[in-house]
Amino acid sequence: MAQLQAQRPRPALHGAELEAQMRRSFLRHPGEKVIVATLWLCGTISLITTLLIIETLFVETIDFFREVSISEFFFTTDWQPLFEPQSFGIWELVAGTLNVLLWSLAIALPLGLAAAIYLSEYAHPRTRSLLKPALEALAGVPTVVYAFFALTVVTEDILRPLLGDDRVPIFNAFSASIVMAIMILPTIASVSEDAMSNVPRELREAAYGLGSTRLEVATRVVFPAALSGIIAAVLLAIARVIGETMIVAIAAGSTPNLTMNPLASVQTMTGYMLQVGLGDAARGTVDYTSLFAVASTLFVFTFFTNVAATMIINRFREAYE
Amino acid sequence: MATPSAPTEFSLRATGRVARRQALSRLSRYVLLGATLIAVFVLIYLAIDVVRTGWSRISMDFFTNYPSRRPLDAGLRSSLLGWVWLMGAVIVMAIPLAVGTAVFVEEFAPKNRLTSLVRLNISNLAGVPSIIYGILGLAVFVRGFELLGITIIPALGPTILAGALTLTLMILPMTVIASVEAIRQVPPSIRDGSLALGATRWQTVWFHILPGAMPGIMTGVILAVARAAGETAALIMIGAFAFIAFDNTSLNESFTTVPIQVYNWTTLPQEDFRKNAAAGIIVLMVLVLGLNLIAVIIRERFRRT
Repeated sequence: MAQLQAQRPRPALHGAELEAQMRRSFLRHPGEKVIVATLWLCGTISLITTLLIIETLFVETIDFFREVSISEFFFTTDWQPLFEPQSFGIWELVAGTLNVLLWSLAIALPLGLAAAIYLSEYAHPRTRSLLKPALEALAGVPTVVYAFFALTVVTEDILRPLLGDDRVPIFNAFSASIVMAIMILPTIASVSEDAMSNVPRELREAAYGLGSTRLEVATRVVFPAALSGIIAAVLLAIARVIGETMIVAIAAGSTPNLTMNPLASVQTMTGYMLQVGLGDAARGTVDYTSLFAVASTLFVFTFFTNVAATMIINRFREAYE
Repeated sequence: MATPSAPTEFSLRATGRVARRQALSRLSRYVLLGATLIAVFVLIYLAIDVVRTGWSRISMDFFTNYPSRRPLDAGLRSSLLGWVWLMGAVIVMAIPLAVGTAVFVEEFAPKNRLTSLVRLNISNLAGVPSIIYGILGLAVFVRGFELLGITIIPALGPTILAGALTLTLMILPMTVIASVEAIRQVPPSIRDGSLALGATRWQTVWFHILPGAMPGIMTGVILAVARAAGETAALIMIGAFAFIAFDNTSLNESFTTVPIQVYNWTTLPQEDFRKNAAAGIIVLMVLVLGLNLIAVIIRERFRRT
């Protein structure tokens, strides 16, 4: 014991003294301050990005509403910006987006949830470690590739021979929806699978103990317990469909159309934006500002879908931790 | 315990309703597996179809020719060069920015409302569609940004620099989220040990936390770069849809990329252009799936158990 005390010649620093000592050691590294300041700058760039997005959309949308009345935009349904008389009723574009959303969810929801249940409840760990990366590879395929696939394979090789050329226009919402479903399938499957894997084992074991089969455990115990995570997955997928551009621009056509008929040619909000982007609309014209009005509408749609998904994810995380 | 009795005709095999439930459950395995495999088959079919359509066009000339109105003379030269310039600039800008933001959020930011706003903001930015980033790039980088009459960002025009800045902002949330996850995986004991030995916070980050988080950061960055490499809509919005028949030599030139060229060829009616599009997709897919594969390999190699 005496030796130990001898090895401790300096008394430990306390309070203000310790703080002063730490400050001195900080000053020995003046570069540190520069680095910390740079990191602060990095941290604010994401905030600046958001502010710039909102500012850009807001300013040009205000310009748009100087020329087009708010009631025309929201309460008429005809979108005809290219020919006189121009009219700017957003609902045809919204309907195009919802059309593709409806049919792609109709396909992706059953398939994605089946994949999630299989991966989480049935698959051998080795099968799972093969299938999950394969599914995730689908999420990495560039959307212009999907677009090519929708136009050349789905429409020309599958839908038109199957249903007849007269019923299926070359540009149709259904081919875009089918391919979009494939695109969002990994999102639905992967996020739902995470939610299902997070369901405590005790719930499954209790159900098995009561004599449930694997299917019953999956559909009546795990699925309801993971429901909030599954809803979040679906919302994320919805946001992706609403914001996806290339597939609908190439495969769904450029005819604004107020219909939910999958075999119709439609134009979505993003499709219209790309169409304007391809042309060279001069700044200040109503063509140019209409781009921002549609972009604002799109932004509001995806923003609320994403916020809802984030809120649900955060809430269900708290439930099990 | 009951006394041992004579063997009866007792069987564990279920009968009636229970048997039906069990049969249904056994069947469900194959139905669910089938549903899972549909997507994988589509991916394989897509690959086969594209190779079958486009393989005949893959040749040296296809890589060294400029785009052309004659499909058989058209090639990827300018789009490949534009792509290399663009992705190089994106990588140079995105990695420090993403790592800096992640380090700031995880290690330096005070635990207050502003920081939680930054976090929330990043996860919201991750859900913003790419075409909105394209609009942002068009309004801010291509046409320039002024605040109260002062030029803050000069008008860059539809140049490689404008495209790279746009894509950097687009992949920022992805890369930051991945980097934050990777930094969190570094055990707190390493951080505490380094600080206890007198290292400054930055020294701790630079010598201990970043090396430990590097595999996770690299995985995230590679996946994000793959996404940027396949991006079309945002670049078309900023005006990168020109006929380029020269070699890019600086960041201040207009450009085109392989995905844009593929889009262009897809929209043209002639069958031969469609073959070009398929051949372009082969190049695109090899690169993008290759990057994805590298990311997966890094992740598996350094996985913490």
